[in-house]
Amino acid sequence: MTATALDAPVAVPVKSPSHWANVVRRFRRDPIAVTCLVLLLLIIAAAIFAPWIAPYDPYKTSMIRRLQVIGAPHYLLGTDELGRDMLSRLIYGGRLSLFMGLGPVAIALVVGGCLGVAAGFLGGWVNTAIMRTVDVFYAFPSVLLAIAISGALGAGLLNSIVSLTIVFVPPITRVAESVTTGVRSLDFVDAARATGADTFSIIRVHVLGNVLGPVFVYASSLISVSIILSSGLSFLGLGVKPPEPEWGLMLNTLRQAIWINPIVSILPGVAIFATSICCNLVSDGLRAAMDMRR
Amino acid sequence: MLTYLLRRILYAVPIALGVSLVVFSLVHLAPGDPLSAVVPADAPAEVVEKLRHDYGFDRPLPVQFFLWARHAVVGDLGRSVATGEDVATQVLAAVDNTITLAIPAAILGFTSGIILGGIAGYRQGRWLDRVATGIATIGISVPHYWLGMVLVIVFSVELNALPAMGMGEGGSTAWAWDWAHMQHLILPMVTLAFIPMGIVTRTVRATIAETLGQDFVEALRAKGLGDARILGHVAKNVAPTVLAVLGLQLGYLLGGSILIETVFGWPGSGFLLNTAILTRDIPVLQGTILVLGMFFVALNVLVDLAQTLVDPRIRRG
Amino acid sequence: MSALPDTRDRGGPNQPLLIVTSLRKYFPIRGGLLNRQVASVQAVDDVSFSVRKGETLGIVGESGCGKSTTARLLMRLIEPDVGQVVFDGEAVGAQDGISVRDLRRSMQMVFQDSYASLNPRLPIESSISFGQRFQGIGKVEAAARSRDLLARVGLEPNRFAQRYPHELSGGQRQRVNIARALALDPRLLILDEAVSALDKSVEAQVLNLLADLKAAFDLTYIFISHDLNVVRYISDRVMVMYLGKVVEIGPVDQVYANPRHPYTSALLSAMPSMDPDHRTEQPPLTGDPPNPINPPSGCRFRTRCAFAEDVCAVAPALTALDPADEHAVSCHRETAGSGHSGAPAS
Repeated sequence: MTATALDAPVAVPVKSPSHWANVVRRFRRDPIAVTCLVLLLLIIAAAIFAPWIAPYDPYKTSMIRRLQVIGAPHYLLGTDELGRDMLSRLIYGGRLSLFMGLGPVAIALVVGGCLGVAAGFLGGWVNTAIMRTVDVFYAFPSVLLAIAISGALGAGLLNSIVSLTIVFVPPITRVAESVTTGVRSLDFVDAARATGADTFSIIRVHVLGNVLGPVFVYASSLISVSIILSSGLSFLGLGVKPPEPEWGLMLNTLRQAIWINPIVSILPGVAIFATSICCNLVSDGLRAAMDMRR
Repeated sequence: MLTYLLRRILYAVPIALGVSLVVFSLVHLAPGDPLSAVVPADAPAEVVEKLRHDYGFDRPLPVQFFLWARHAVVGDLGRSVATGEDVATQVLAAVDNTITLAIPAAILGFTSGIILGGIAGYRQGRWLDRVATGIATIGISVPHYWLGMVLVIVFSVELNALPAMGMGEGGSTAWAWDWAHMQHLILPMVTLAFIPMGIVTRTVRATIAETLGQDFVEALRAKGLGDARILGHVAKNVAPTVLAVLGLQLGYLLGGSILIETVFGWPGSGFLLNTAILTRDIPVLQGTILVLGMFFVALNVLVDLAQTLVDPRIRRG
Repeated sequence: MSALPDTRDRGGPNQPLLIVTSLRKYFPIRGGLLNRQVASVQAVDDVSFSVRKGETLGIVGESGCGKSTTARLLMRLIEPDVGQVVFDGEAVGAQDGISVRDLRRSMQMVFQDSYASLNPRLPIESSISFGQRFQGIGKVEAAARSRDLLARVGLEPNRFAQRYPHELSGGQRQRVNIARALALDPRLLILDEAVSALDKSVEAQVLNLLADLKAAFDLTYIFISHDLNVVRYISDRVMVMYLGKVVEIGPVDQVYANPRHPYTSALLSAMPSMDPDHRTEQPPLTGDPPNPINPPSGCRFRTRCAFAEDVCAVAPALTALDPADEHAVSCHRETAGSGHSGAPAS
C-alpha cells in the first residue's frame, strides 16, 4: 500500500479526551449551571457542618421569644412558634430534607436502572413482566402514590424514603429500558455478541457506558421533585415527626403563624424552593452538556 | 383502528386489576388494627369482635380482597369506619369538588403553558425565551403548598382581598358559580396551575424547537409560506406529545391536589384522603385511592386514543 | 504466507469451508386483538449454497431480498427456523460438530454502518481488544495485537489507538471494523455492505485493503452488496437472491456475461451504461417488488417475469445448468423437462 499521511509514525501516542471529560468541560462553560452547582454544594456543606455553623441548638425552645421577626437582636432570621431560632433550624433542617430528597432518588436510580437495563437488553418475557408491573404503578399520579404508601406504612423518616423510592423506580425503569432498547439495536452490540462474549460483559462494557448518561440526567431531574414531595409528606404529617427540624414539617407547624409573623413562617419554603431550583438548573445544564454530543 | 381501540381498552383491564390489588395491599399492609380508629381501647371484647365481623376484617385477606372488589365493581365501596356514611357517596362528592378546582386550574395552567412554550420555542435564545423558560423553571421548582401559603399571606393576610380557606358558604355541597363562591376558588386555582404550567411550557418549547429544526420546515419556508401558515404545520407535529403531557398533568391535578386542598381547606378528594389517613378509616382510604386510580387509568386510555387520532404514524391495528 | 499449511484447516483443501443447507427464517408479525401472529415476513426461505476455501462469494440482490438476514443467520446473531450450517466439515451446534462459541473464533462480520458498529464510548483499541479477551487472550497481548492490526489496516497505532470513533472518517472507521473482525483470527469474513456507505475513492482503497488482507491472512470472504460492479471486481463466484430465495449462483464472469435467470438479466441490464451508444432505454423490470410478507406462491419472481407460464406456479429448485458446471439456476425455463415452453430438451 502506498504510504499516506495516515501511515506516518507518530512518536507519542495521541490521546483524546473521553466522553465524560467533554461533558464536564461543556458544563463548566455554562455560568448558570455552575453557579447553581456551587450554591447546591454550599447548601449541602452547611447541612453537613451544621453543628459548627448554627448559632443555636435547634431544639431549644423559649416561650418568651416566640415568633420574633427577622433581624431581631440575636435571632438573625427570627424564631418559630416555640421560640426556636429559625436560622439554626433551617441549617439543621437541611440535613433531613436533603437526605429525604436525595436518598430515594439514589436508591431508585440503582434499582430502576438494573430493572430497566435488564428489561431492555433481555427482552422477551423478562421485559413484559417488568414493564407491565411498572405500568400498574404508573396508573397513580406520583403524589397520590407517595401519600398512599406513606399513609399505609405510617409516618417516619424511613417509611418516607421507602415510599418515595417506590414512586421513583417506575419512571427510571422506563427511561432505562427505553435507552437500553435503543442501544441494543445498534450494530456494535451485535458485533460484541459475535465475538462470543457473555451477556453480562456485553452489558458492562458496551451497554452501561451508553445508557448511564441519559438515565443519570433523568434521575437528576427527579431530585427537586423528591425534595418537594418529601417535604410535602412532612407537611402533611406523614414524614418526620416533631420536634425534628425538617423544612416541610416546619412549614406545617408555622402555618398558624402566618397571621402573626408571615415572613418567618414562609422561610422554610424559601429553603425548599432555592434548593429545588438549583437542582433543576444543574440538571438542565447537565442535559445540555450531554446533548450536543450527538 | 377499531381493533386498536378495543385492544387498548382491553389492555386497561389487567392494569385496573393491578391497581386495585395495589390499593388493597397498601392499606392492609399497614401496621395497626383497622378498627382502632373507631373503637376505644377499653371496649369490651365482644363488641370489638362483633364490629370486626361486621366489617369483615376477620376474614382471610384474599377473601377480603375478593369481596371488596366484587362490591366495588357495582359501586358499593362499603361504609366509613369513622362516620358510618356510605363511602361511595362521600368519595364521589369529594371528587366532584376536586374537579371543580382541578378543571379551571388545568385550563389556566395549560393555556399559559402553551402560550409561554410557544413564545419560548419561536424566540429561542432571545430574552423572551429566557423569561418564559425562567417562569417555567420556577413553576416546576416551587413547592406548591408553600406557594399557596405565600399567596394566602399576600392576598388574605396583608391585602384582605380574598378568603384564605374553604369552599364558600354552604360548605362542600353548595357550590355555585357566583362571586361569593368563586372568590374562594381563585387562590387555590392559581396555585394549582403553576406546576402544569411549568411542565407544559418546557414540553411545548422543546417540541417546537425540535420541529422547527427539521428539514420540512425549511422546505415550507422555501415554498414561500409565512410564519402563520407554518404554525399550523408545526402545531400538528407538536400536538401528539403535548396532548400526552396534558393528559398526564390533568391526571396529576385530579389525583395530586391533596397538598393544595390541605392548605386551603378545600373539601375535595385529597382532603378526604388526608382525613382518612389520619383517622385510619380503611374503607374510605381504599375507596378514594381506587376511584382516583381508576380515573387515571381511564385518562391514560383516552390520551392514548387521542394521540392515535392526531398522530398518523402511531395508528395501529 | 499462504504457502504454509493453515493449522486451523481441518477438512482439507477440497472440503468447502461453509456448506449451508435449506436455511429458513420467517419473522412473525403480530396484530389483532390478542397480539397473535397474523402473518410472517418470509425473509429467508430454503437458501442453500457452499463456499470454497480461499474464494470470495458475492451475494447480490435488491433491498429486502434477505442478504443481510442470511449473514446474520450464518453468524448466529439470529437463530434460523430450519436449516443446517456445516463449517469445515463440522455441523454447527451439533453434538459432535462445532459449537457456536468456537464458530465465532472462525467466522466474523463487518457491518455496513461504520459508525454504529463501534461503541462511541470506547477508544478504538479497546473496541478491537474486547473480543480477544473472551477468547482467552490476556490484556497486554490483546492490546499489542490490536495495535498490530491497526497498522495492518493502514492506521498508524500511535495516532489512532486511543482515539474515539467520532474522530475518524467513515473509511477509517471501516478499517477499524475490519481490524476488529480480524482480531479473533477468523477464517471466514462476512462483509455485509461493508463499503456501500463510503465515498467512491475511499471504497476503492478499502477494497484493495481487503484484497491484500485476504492474501496475507489466507481468508475466505462472503461479500454482500447491492452494487453489481463492486461484486464483479472482488468476487470469484456470485449468488443472486430475490425475496429470500436463491435464484442464480455461479462463477462471476459467467453469470455476468451469460445470466440465465430472468431476474439476473434484468438486474444486470438495469446497470446504467457508460457507453452512449448503449443507453438503457427502458426499465427491464416492471412493477414493484412484491411484499415478503405475502410472496407469490411458486416461483416468487413470476409476477414480474416476462417468461412466466402456468408451470411457474410450482416453485422451481436450484438446479445445475450442466453437471460439471458451478453455474446453477432456479428457473423452470432453464431446467430440462420442467414443462416450460422455453426449457431445453432433457
